[in-house]
Amino acid sequence: MRLWAVYRKELRLYFTSPVAYVVVGMFLIIAGVFFYLSIGSFSIYSMQAAMNPAFARDLNVTELVFRPLLSNTFSVVLLLLMPILTMRLFAEEKKSGTIELLLTYPVKDGEVLLGKFFAALTLFIIMLLLTALYPILAGFLARIELAPIVTGYLGLTLMGAAFIGVGLLASSLTENQIVAAVSTFAILLIFWVLGWSADMVGPFWGKLMSHLSILEHQESFGKGIIDTKDVIYYLDVTIFSLFLTLRSLESRRWRG
Amino acid sequence: MIYVDKLTKFYGPIAAIQEVSFTIEKGEIIGFLGPNGAGKTTTMRILSCFMPASSGQARVAGLDCFTQSIEVRKRIGYLPENVPLYPEMPVAAYLDFVAELKGVGRSERRGRVAEVMERCMISDVQQRLIGKLSKGYRQRVGLAQALINEPEVLILDEPTIGLDPKQIIEIRQLIKSLAGQRTVILSTHILPEASMVCQGVIIINRGRIVASGGWDQLQNQVFPSRRIELQIDGPAGAVEEALGRIPGVSKVASAESAAGLAAFVVESPGERDVRGEIFQLAADRRWKLLEMHQIGTSLEEIFLKLVAGEETPTQDAAEQVP
Repeated sequence: MRLWAVYRKELRLYFTSPVAYVVVGMFLIIAGVFFYLSIGSFSIYSMQAAMNPAFARDLNVTELVFRPLLSNTFSVVLLLLMPILTMRLFAEEKKSGTIELLLTYPVKDGEVLLGKFFAALTLFIIMLLLTALYPILAGFLARIELAPIVTGYLGLTLMGAAFIGVGLLASSLTENQIVAAVSTFAILLIFWVLGWSADMVGPFWGKLMSHLSILEHQESFGKGIIDTKDVIYYLDVTIFSLFLTLRSLESRRWRG
Repeated sequence: MIYVDKLTKFYGPIAAIQEVSFTIEKGEIIGFLGPNGAGKTTTMRILSCFMPASSGQARVAGLDCFTQSIEVRKRIGYLPENVPLYPEMPVAAYLDFVAELKGVGRSERRGRVAEVMERCMISDVQQRLIGKLSKGYRQRVGLAQALINEPEVLILDEPTIGLDPKQIIEIRQLIKSLAGQRTVILSTHILPEASMVCQGVIIINRGRIVASGGWDQLQNQVFPSRRIELQIDGPAGAVEEALGRIPGVSKVASAESAAGLAAFVVESPGERDVRGEIFQLAADRRWKLLEMHQIGTSLEEIFLKLVAGEETPTQDAAEQVP
C-alpha cells in the first residue's frame, strides 16, 4: 500500500524536526502539572476525610482526579496544542513545492491524505499513552477503576482524530503554517464555545448547540460510558473534514 | 510517445499557453526552449499530470494525462524546476520512499536505489541529509528520483539551472546517456545546452509554439539563405557591382564600415557557397580582401529571430503556481 509509504515518511519527518518533541514535551509538562495539582488536592481531601467518615465514603480517586483530568483538562490543552502538530502537513509541502512531486507520483490524493492523517494520529496516540503513567502511578497508592480511564482515553483518541481532521483541512488551504495553525485553533475554539451558548437559546437550538460542541462529548467517556452519539459525532467531524480536505487537494485540477 | 494537441491553459484571465501542439517520438531528446514566462513550466506540469489543461489534449504513451492520470504517472519521471525535496531526509531514505510510492517492489527497491545513486553519482552522499547538500548534488538527487522507476518518459524542467560548469557537463552527459531508451523532454533557456543535448527543439514564446523540428530543418526555416560579410579595400561602386555578378548571389547590401572601407553582406541560397569566387574576384581585380566570414546561423540567432520582434512578456505570473 502506497499509503504506508506516505505514513512512514510523515512520521519520520515528525521526529527529525523539533516540532514533535516540543509539542509532546510541552503536553507532558502541562499534563504533569495538572496531575500533580489534582492528586495534591485529593490528598488534602483525604486527610480531612480521615476526621469525617461520612465524607470518606464518597472519596474516589478515579472520580475526583482522573475524570476531570481526562475529560476536561486534557481536551483543553490538546485544543491548544494539536494545531501545531497538524499545521505543517500540507502547508509545508505547498510552500516548498514538494507537493508538486508528491502529487505527480502514481498515488491517489486520498492515499496521501490518509497517510498523513494516520501519521499524525499515531504521534497523538503516542503522546497520549505517555500520560498513562499517571493512572499507573496512582494505582500503587489507591484503588482505581480501570474502565472509566480506558474509555476516557478512547474518547480523547476519537477527539484527537477530529482535531487532526480539522487541522489537515486548514493546512491544505494555505501554504503558510502559521495561518494553518491559527485557523485550526479558531475553528476548534468556536466549536468548543458553541456549547456555552446552549443556555441562552431555546431548547431546540440549545440541544443542537451542545451537540455540536466538540468538548461536550468527552463527558460521558469520562464516566465510563461509550455512547454511540459521541462516537458518531467524532467520526462525523473526522470524516467530513477529511472529505473537505480531499476536495481542497483536488481543487488544483479545476482552479485557474 | 508524447502527443499534445491544442493545449490551452488559463490562469484566471491570463492564458499561459494557447493551442500548443507537438509530437515527440519514442527515444528522442527534445529541448523545450523559450524565454522566461513563455509557458514551458505550464506545459510540463500538464504533461506530468500535476494539473489539467483548460482545453486540448495531452497524451503520454497513448494514455490521456487527465483521465488516465495514474497510469501516465507510472510511466513518467518528473523533475520540477526548483527541485523540491525534503531537506530533513537522508538521500537513500528519500529515494527509497519515492521508489515505494512509484510502485517499485520491496525486494527490488534496495538494488534499484543503489543503482540509480550510482548512475547519478550520489552514492557518496547517500547518508547525508538532503538539506545539507550542495545545489549540484540536490539536482542530481532530483534526477535520481525521476529515474527511479525506469520511466519511459522523462520530463525535466531546467535540469542544469544553478549548477557550476563541471556539474552542468556531468548532468548533460547523464541525460545524453538516456537517449534511445527513454523519451526526454527538457526545458531550458540556455541555447548551447539544447544544441548539445537535444536532437530537436520546440520553441515556445508567449504561450505559443513558434517553431519546432530538428536543427537543420530549423536553420533552413529561419535562415533560408547563407550570408557572408566581407570588407574589401577597393572602389565601392565597382566592388558592389562585381559581387552582384557572381552566379548564385541573390543580394548584395553595403554595410557601414570604419575608415572608409567598403563592407558588404552577400546573400546566396543555403546550398551555394560563394566564398571561393569572392576571393578569386578580389585577387583578379587586385582589391585587398581584408575580411570575409560567414554570418553564423547559431542557435542564438535562430532563437532571437523567432522570439524577437515580439516584446518580452510582462506576465511572469504564467510561470508560477496559481
